[in-house]
Amino acid sequence: MVTKGAWWNDAGVRAVLYQIVVLGAILLLGWYLVSNTLANLAARNIATGFGFLGREAGFAIGESPLAYAPTDSYARAILVGLANTVIVALVGIAFATLIGLVIGIARLSSNWLVARLATVYVESARNVPVLLHLLFWYALITEALPGPRQALNPIANVFISNRGIKFPLPVWEAAHGWMAAALVVAVAATLVLARWARTRQAETGQPFPIIRVGLALILGLPLLAWLAGGAPTALDRPELKGFNFTGGHTVSPEFVALLLGLTLYTAAFIAEIVRSGILAVSRGQTEAALALGLSRGQVLRLVILPQALRVIIPPLTSQYLNLTKNSSLAVAIGYPDLVSVANTTINQTGQAIEGVALVMAVYLAVSLGIAAFMNWYDKKTALVSR
Amino acid sequence: MSKHIATPILALALTVVGAGLSQPVQAGATFDAVKARGSLNCGVNTGLAGFSAPDDKGNWAGLDVDVCRAVAAALFGDAKKVKFVPLTTQQRFTALQAGEVDILSRNTTLTSQRDTELGLNFAPPVYYDGQGFLVGKKVGVKSAKELNGATICVLPGTTTELNVTDWFRANNLQFKPVVIEKNDELAAAFFAGRCDAITSDASQLASIRSAQASNPDDYILLPEIISKEPLAPAVRHGDDQWFDLVKWSVYAWLEAEEKGITSANADGFKGKSNDPTIKRLMGDTPGLGKALGTGEDWAFNIVKQVGNYGESFERNVGMGSKLKLPRGLNAQWSKGGLMYAMPVR
Repeated sequence: MVTKGAWWNDAGVRAVLYQIVVLGAILLLGWYLVSNTLANLAARNIATGFGFLGREAGFAIGESPLAYAPTDSYARAILVGLANTVIVALVGIAFATLIGLVIGIARLSSNWLVARLATVYVESARNVPVLLHLLFWYALITEALPGPRQALNPIANVFISNRGIKFPLPVWEAAHGWMAAALVVAVAATLVLARWARTRQAETGQPFPIIRVGLALILGLPLLAWLAGGAPTALDRPELKGFNFTGGHTVSPEFVALLLGLTLYTAAFIAEIVRSGILAVSRGQTEAALALGLSRGQVLRLVILPQALRVIIPPLTSQYLNLTKNSSLAVAIGYPDLVSVANTTINQTGQAIEGVALVMAVYLAVSLGIAAFMNWYDKKTALVSR
Repeated sequence: MSKHIATPILALALTVVGAGLSQPVQAGATFDAVKARGSLNCGVNTGLAGFSAPDDKGNWAGLDVDVCRAVAAALFGDAKKVKFVPLTTQQRFTALQAGEVDILSRNTTLTSQRDTELGLNFAPPVYYDGQGFLVGKKVGVKSAKELNGATICVLPGTTTELNVTDWFRANNLQFKPVVIEKNDELAAAFFAGRCDAITSDASQLASIRSAQASNPDDYILLPEIISKEPLAPAVRHGDDQWFDLVKWSVYAWLEAEEKGITSANADGFKGKSNDPTIKRLMGDTPGLGKALGTGEDWAFNIVKQVGNYGESFERNVGMGSKLKLPRGLNAQWSKGGLMYAMPVR
């Protein structure tokens, strides 16, 4: 039997002890900073706490997906800012992924011109700071487009001016509710059908035209619901009244500039990630698939991309997080995102520390949410050894 | 990291670090520290023509800049002993609270909330301003009441956003704000036609119009002034001696104009006047300087080196400058304005 030494010589105990000491030191430092800040704020008679969130905000917000009036609270105003941030981030992520995928594949194209154009786009877009992208698009939109009175009118009832893009919306009726329900049913049916088709093809080898059938369902069912509901055609049209258009729906120049800037900038990075993912799949796979008689499109869709995804997804997650965080530059071009609204709140209440802490916590939560989703998707697409 | 995120974070860091390093307030702490340092740290605007902006030779000039020069002249006998620290609207209060600057002279509106919750003391206002609207002449609007449904460019980080919302609510009118953080970008969006009107302090609108419009005559200020904006220098709580010095430097600056003492004729008054007020102001009757903790010729130095308030006004923002602002409320009380120096005795 080995004689047991003193407990403080045990490597395991020591390791735990060191960790406790480090954790304690970090907590102590945090406590010191917080208590010192609070004490000094109190000594200078500066109010602290989150009580201001319940007070009336009193300022207007340019665009809001939620109902908001200046009489609402600061908490509600910040929620509106968060909603604006989430919208631009989600739409931006969707477009950036789509454009990035196309450009990434185009860079590997055997067509000389297509490959070179894609290279020029990637190199020019990702080597310019994203703030300049935003300022460029915003200046272009506000300077190049005409005022509302001389608005461009490419399609009936659609107006493009330096006040944004105005388009008509259908006046809400019961039939639209049925259309939405029909769409949900169609999407669910398509998913079930796709699953069935996959199983059947695995078992019997018989293919099923799932894309065509699914598309027909998703378009057809809502159309049927619309016809059954009496086919309402009333539109809420934008009309020039006084200074600007009223009615219809508006996409503001700030949103368009922010979306364009973020999307085109991030898409360049995603294109490179897609390219690296595809190159990571060995050439032999393509040759084997072609030898089996699959078409070029099928090779890409069925053989290359599924294997490339596991290389693509981890860096893609970082790009999604970057896009979300870069949306905070919105304040430079006047889009009322979370930071913009929080800035106004901080300036009106003077409570910078609380406001900044709140913004940091919200960005952290949003980013962790995106990361959690992407990690789940990463696990799902990981190669399964059978 | 973007500057826009960086700004509040810098402010945060300033507070936390400032909280960690500087001891909270002692009587005379600021006064003694400034005196020992030999120069004054003065927080000014990052660039607002007429109030604080570097001139073509790189020297800071403007009405707000002259306040700090006056204090330096009073304390050191040399108006040049000032270090100017350009601050954004977000940074300004934190910088003052954390001790980065000794005076905040940065077109800042005196409000009860700032005076109390932010832990500041305000010296007398040096410019009585009010929020107005600038519109293009071709829009054909004569009054702000006709702005229903308009898109309005607003600068954040000021009382402006709140004022304009309150005013439209009070008049049952609608508007859409476009809030852009930087002055230059905001003005560019307005002049490009993104907004029907731009709102800010009237003095600031005059400054933007003179500096950024391709043809300043195409734009007019609407007659409505929708708020009271007394712009005043501020110091932090905790050093009454320092607050007194700043306050009386401003009063001496005002009093000199009332008594007709200018930078050109100050030498003719020193030691040669029979007016007891002027004798005290010029230091011929001693006592005031000792009470303030400066030399007896503190007020003489202000007038000699910076000029009186009227001279500063004309040079920086008045009819002789690019801004072409009338004296209006900023005339001496004896001429129908609000500028009223407390008795120097």
